[in-house]
Amino acid sequence: MLTKKFDPLKKKMLQILDQDGNIVDKTLEPNIPSELLLKMYRTMSLGKIADIKALQYQRQGRMLTYAPNRGQEAAQVGAMAPLENQDWLVLAFRELNAMLYKGVTLEQFFLYWYGNEAGSRFNDDVKVLPISVPIASQINHGAGLAMASKKLKKNEVVVAYVGDGGTSHGEFHEGLNFASVYDAPLIVIIQNNQWAISTPRLKQSKADTLAQKAIGYGMPGIQVDGNDVLAMYAAVKEAAERARSGEGPTLIEAVTYRLGPHTTSDDPTIYRTDEEVAMWAKRDPMIRFKKYLIDKKIWSDEQEEKLVEELSDYVNTTFKKVEESGLVSLEDVFNYTYEELTPQLKEQYEEYKAYLAKEGK
Amino acid sequence: MALINILEAVNKTLEQQMEKDPTVVVLGEDVGYEGGVFRATAGLQQKFGEERSFDTPLAEAGIIGTSIGMAINGLKPVAEIQFSGFMFPAYNQIATHVARYRNRSRGKYHLPMVIRMPYGGGIRALEHHSESLETLFAHIPGLKLVIPSTPYDAKGLLTAAIKDPDPVIFMEPKRIYRAFKQEVPDEEYIVPIGKAKLVKEGKDITVVAWGALVREVEKAIKLVEEDGISVELIDLRTIAPLDRETVIQSVQKTGRFLVVHEAVKSFGPGAELISIVNEKAFLSLEAPPTRLTGFDITVPLPKGEHHFIIDPQRIAYEIRKVVRY
Repeated sequence: MLTKKFDPLKKKMLQILDQDGNIVDKTLEPNIPSELLLKMYRTMSLGKIADIKALQYQRQGRMLTYAPNRGQEAAQVGAMAPLENQDWLVLAFRELNAMLYKGVTLEQFFLYWYGNEAGSRFNDDVKVLPISVPIASQINHGAGLAMASKKLKKNEVVVAYVGDGGTSHGEFHEGLNFASVYDAPLIVIIQNNQWAISTPRLKQSKADTLAQKAIGYGMPGIQVDGNDVLAMYAAVKEAAERARSGEGPTLIEAVTYRLGPHTTSDDPTIYRTDEEVAMWAKRDPMIRFKKYLIDKKIWSDEQEEKLVEELSDYVNTTFKKVEESGLVSLEDVFNYTYEELTPQLKEQYEEYKAYLAKEGK
Repeated sequence: MALINILEAVNKTLEQQMEKDPTVVVLGEDVGYEGGVFRATAGLQQKFGEERSFDTPLAEAGIIGTSIGMAINGLKPVAEIQFSGFMFPAYNQIATHVARYRNRSRGKYHLPMVIRMPYGGGIRALEHHSESLETLFAHIPGLKLVIPSTPYDAKGLLTAAIKDPDPVIFMEPKRIYRAFKQEVPDEEYIVPIGKAKLVKEGKDITVVAWGALVREVEKAIKLVEEDGISVELIDLRTIAPLDRETVIQSVQKTGRFLVVHEAVKSFGPGAELISIVNEKAFLSLEAPPTRLTGFDITVPLPKGEHHFIIDPQRIAYEIRKVVRY
């Protein structure tokens, strides 16, 4: 059991692929079929390119506020790949790669960040809750999904995300505690990207690791190199098996780094050094995963070049489509507060419509 | 038919709905084994088992947050907050998620859930056990808020709330939980959300109240009838979305309006009601629409609470003032 072998209290962190792309311990290497490895890499590449471009679009004045993901691809795709179709993903707001892997379309993702709620209406068979910002509150939703899954014998596992800042929140505690008390099939992944806007990890908690917080809830916790896609895969696979067999939740701390700003409104040069960023750039999850695939002889620089070109075109085309999507209708603004418009809402809607008609708008 | 009080009506309704609908679950602090501190959920765990009626850790945000997840994933949670004064840790979940899930997901997800909470003063309780926080829910788009004042309405409204596709806050006037009994049909029925009840017809003044104060107004009506004043009494029953039509029609007839509530005055539900009366029945008014409410203070502890609680004499005084304006 990985959670036994890598005890967070002994400051042991699970790493399988080191930053140079070498296997650290052959016995830990998960047996992932080549096809799946390539699917994971493709998703991460799409996420990476979409993320870089989203930042560019924003700088060009074509996109609103955006929260970049660059550097956190492995902590997301590594966690989604071992899941089954019926499993749930509960988002915070920096999980582009996980969303793509679980079937959210890039068009929907861009639409949301473009300022349109329709981007949060994922396709019916996509079991992903919408992006929502209230920090750590989403863990309770994940615990509730998992509790219902267990009560209704649906055999679903739930993965819920939170950041290192979110571990300070009361609802982090309540969500983990509920999940543990009811042995709910929940996996909580802390994307410890070292910074909560400008507040460093060490100011969030005096605990040596965030994974060790699991001990207080009577559940296993493990610290994982979040930039190592194989380690993430192995840790989540084990946690999902435990959850599915009725043994309850697991807390996973994915040690990673936000290479970009908190959002496009943030200037990280104010609070962190170039040296620090350069050090983490060497630990980029994409570099080591690519090397691993090339070493395995299932990937090449030529294929890489083609893929980047293909995905860049796809991202540009998709974003253009979103740019042409226009404004949200008045009906849509009113229609989703309740199943039916209340008399009050109906009156407000009609008065405003009458005003628009009168003014010829 | 059964002769039962409000608390028994809540209990029997939960039992009936759990029987009819296997997706209804009941959760909260002490609701399972003990059956709730007021016994509103007594016997449910014994009858339906721990999977469907269960005790939670002592954490209101957790209760409401996990109810959201359960509602999305196929259950109909009826969550109890032990006293409305302790709902604040859950308010983040209620205001930022419960009220918004349908809109946020553009209709993909909706939350068929009920949040029950005893509310109101007059039970000689500790701090935080006497609040009337209607405004904090009624002000949030996406929530519905109902308050029964009789056993019959408690059953009909709670049944409607459980069947509603949208989240409903169900505030229970704990002061009259056991105050009186009423014949309540055994079979399932609904009191529609959004419909006020004309309790008594009258011609001189419209009085609107809800919860425990409906009975206090009824007592006041007896007092002013001695002066020859004829009062029309409306039990609002639903605070959000409130039944404007019933209120407006009545004021157009009587020409005078008084709203009585225990919630504090400023920005309270009375302000909304008076605005509606002014907007829709202005030309019928023969006196300024008036509110008799709790003071803008923290509800006093028992030795000072008598100053805060609105009794029939004060209501009668206010009715006379408006009628004789």
